[in-house]
Amino acid sequence: MKHFTALFKQLDQSTKTNDKVAALVQYFNLATNEDKLWTIALLSHRRPRRNVKTTLLRMWAAEESGLPLWLLEDAYYVVGDLAETLSLVLPKSESKNDYSLSYWINYLRVMNDLDDEEKKIRVLTAWHELNTYERFIFNKLITGGFRVGVSQKLMIKALAQHANIEENVIAHRLMGDWSPDDISFQKLIHETHPDDDISKPYPFYLAYALEETPETLGDLQDWQIERKWDGIRGQIIIRKGEVFVWSRGEELMTDRFPEYHPLAQILPDGTVIDGEILPYKDGQPLSFNVLQTRIGRKTLTKKVLEQAPVVLIAYDLIEWQGKDVRQLPLSTRRTLLHEMIKQFDTQGIILLSEIIEAPDWEVLKNIKEDSRAFQSEGLMIKRKNSPYKSGRKRGDWWKWKVAPLTIDAVMIYAQRGAGRRANLFTDFTFGVWEGDQLVPFTKAYSGLTDKEFNEITAWVRQNTIERFGPVRSVRPTHVFEIGFEGIQASPRHKSGVALRFPRILRWRKDKPIQEANTLEDLQEMLQHYQNI
Amino acid sequence: MPILEFKTKGLYCPQADVYIDPWRPVQRALITHGHADHSRWGHEHYLCTHAAKPVIQYRLGQAINIQSVAFGESVTINGVKFSFHPAGHIIGSAQIRMEYKGEVCVVSGDYKTQEDGLTESFEIVKCHTFVTESTFGLPIYQWEEQAKVARDINEWWLKNQKEGKISLIGGYALGKAQRILMCLDPSIGQIFTHGAVENVNEVLRHQGVRLPKTTRVTMQQKKADFTGGIVIATPSALQTTWGRKFGEVSTAIASGWMSLRGARRRRSVDRGFVLSDHADWEGLNKVISATGAEQVFVTHGYTNIFKKWLNGQGISAEEVKTEYEGELSEINESTLEEVEQE
Ligand SMILES: [Zn+2]
Ligand SMILES: [Zn+2]
Repeated sequence: MKHFTALFKQLDQSTKTNDKVAALVQYFNLATNEDKLWTIALLSHRRPRRNVKTTLLRMWAAEESGLPLWLLEDAYYVVGDLAETLSLVLPKSESKNDYSLSYWINYLRVMNDLDDEEKKIRVLTAWHELNTYERFIFNKLITGGFRVGVSQKLMIKALAQHANIEENVIAHRLMGDWSPDDISFQKLIHETHPDDDISKPYPFYLAYALEETPETLGDLQDWQIERKWDGIRGQIIIRKGEVFVWSRGEELMTDRFPEYHPLAQILPDGTVIDGEILPYKDGQPLSFNVLQTRIGRKTLTKKVLEQAPVVLIAYDLIEWQGKDVRQLPLSTRRTLLHEMIKQFDTQGIILLSEIIEAPDWEVLKNIKEDSRAFQSEGLMIKRKNSPYKSGRKRGDWWKWKVAPLTIDAVMIYAQRGAGRRANLFTDFTFGVWEGDQLVPFTKAYSGLTDKEFNEITAWVRQNTIERFGPVRSVRPTHVFEIGFEGIQASPRHKSGVALRFPRILRWRKDKPIQEANTLEDLQEMLQHYQNI
Repeated sequence: MPILEFKTKGLYCPQADVYIDPWRPVQRALITHGHADHSRWGHEHYLCTHAAKPVIQYRLGQAINIQSVAFGESVTINGVKFSFHPAGHIIGSAQIRMEYKGEVCVVSGDYKTQEDGLTESFEIVKCHTFVTESTFGLPIYQWEEQAKVARDINEWWLKNQKEGKISLIGGYALGKAQRILMCLDPSIGQIFTHGAVENVNEVLRHQGVRLPKTTRVTMQQKKADFTGGIVIATPSALQTTWGRKFGEVSTAIASGWMSLRGARRRRSVDRGFVLSDHADWEGLNKVISATGAEQVFVTHGYTNIFKKWLNGQGISAEEVKTEYEGELSEINESTLEEVEQE
């Protein structure tokens, strides 16, 4: 496993994209096909089925290192990664052999049918034969989650160089529902008949946020304006009498959305639509929370389907009559999409994304600011003659979001970050005033600079009132501006509200805590912005 | 009356009316070592070891009222017998032993059990009460031999040299920087130092410490002057524009925190070398058990967890809140670094 470990170390240690690509190409050039396939799988979060419970791994590691379990748990909290924690607490050992990555994967796979005692022997044997870093990789093979700063895009770039195939072709081949168990590297990367896999989606074209004023985009006539919906971006594929639903996260979600299944009979084969999976009832979109609760459920009962039905807001047509039409200008694709929806009665399952007309950017700005009234996050601005590109590209597609809702709140609890930020306090709970009490209402993580995190960490250490496990209550002193995208009533929360996408916008050092917002302010926002 | 109390100004011996490493100005301060969080500005009288004195004077000014003693030499203050014993943390760093009516207490400041070829070797001092740090008081921290780390650093330097890059390595100016220096193989290339590091080197050389040859980085040098070289800088300097004058660089940090992938990535350097001036998990445990202490007080670091672990091992331990920076000072530089920059 030395080769793969070295690769992982290089990827992990390097901060520069070019170095990472170079490391990957070099690795691909030397590795066996089997190892290459597994490397691609691991870096795109496909791992062998977990057949050892992590609770057992913890117990065995605690036993091996002579530590009480609670200490291992506390250490895990600091490290933020179980595989890493286990590799660090085990007694140091030297690497005793150099089997391949695939060897170790098979070593784990044959454990499926073993009982816990036999599994333990195999895992301990591996721990004894590997050094700290190799052990970490081995543990990762069990626990999953190779987060090493390699995006899909970066891996595609490296594979394209290695295999001498165009990037978009590789991107296409890597998508879909493949598993290293039932495909070879040769077939996955070099196979020239991608039609074998009829579920294969296209890479999504993603927009950049518009930061300049829209006037910089030039003539409004060149642009198609639509609402930006707050659902799940999805692709619906109809091929060979079957329907497939893909989310932007590259997840096949067909089973999650039975509403779309009739489309297989309604639409012709060779149709791929890009749109938004949106909860929608009585002619109105519902809040994203509705969709989220639905996705969280294991089984879709009739009740769930009634409470949170979905439609597809169709944005774009990217395959039509079996042909990839991504290179046609958007305006042409839009016409095709429009005609398709007119021609085939989709029974309300598909709604055409409405085009917003405005005389100028100024009027459009006002329309954008009203977005929340429509349960929308803002506007999409797409160049009428743009092709459908792959991935996030600048220039033709822009998202123009409404400013977030904000509230000034007081920090009342702090918690250490995980992983990368294990030495810092990065997770905070904020409160608003109710009389002379601060009521906790949200957590927020991101938003401060590293320098600010250092500063607040030093402060938290000196101003802790009480500890509850990893959480500390702190002296109410600092006011932060919290931004969020939506607000919902929530009986589960003490404050009675739940925020969507809360984040720290800035540290209001200028504000005394008395000037933070109140629970009443939150309730007022709730009245104003929650739907139904 | 206990021999040691924990006051808002610091660790206090009431019988002798002296503080150890206090964080607020006091009359009489006994200082374990020269790091900024242990030897603070503003005390009336300072007492430390001979070897720690020059750096403390350099940092706090020649005007401070400071006395020093040899390791093992004892000083009696109002019946309390004080002596300083090597802590192995940095040159001159001491554990302070105090004895009164047969009761012995040792305040260890910061300590390290690993030999580094530079610092006086850690000495086990038997005592009834032991005050320990816990900067790396978790079992995830297990240090490698210094020789192995040295090999890794030199390999990295050589690789960079081949790729035409300057090696830029960060470490605390007092202690870590000199240890890095001792790890380097001068036959590879020229060793340069950031001003804050070189100032400390000068102080140490002046007191007789033998360090390899180093060249101070100044405004006058050209990019070409650094070809094939390595630069030892403070961690904070790595992130400033100062680092840009070398052209293409590979950056690294040497610190115990670099054991964790998360900490390494947070610093966004190319390499992290695990090199610490503090005891690792095993070191802390060995020392505590060897002192034979009946009572342990745990200061800066993972105090809560380490205390709980000691209690589980049958050692009576309590957590003490101090204002030592411990956990952060190794990677986030405190006052010391900013004193002088070129
Ligand atoms: Zn220190
Ligand atoms: Zn310290």
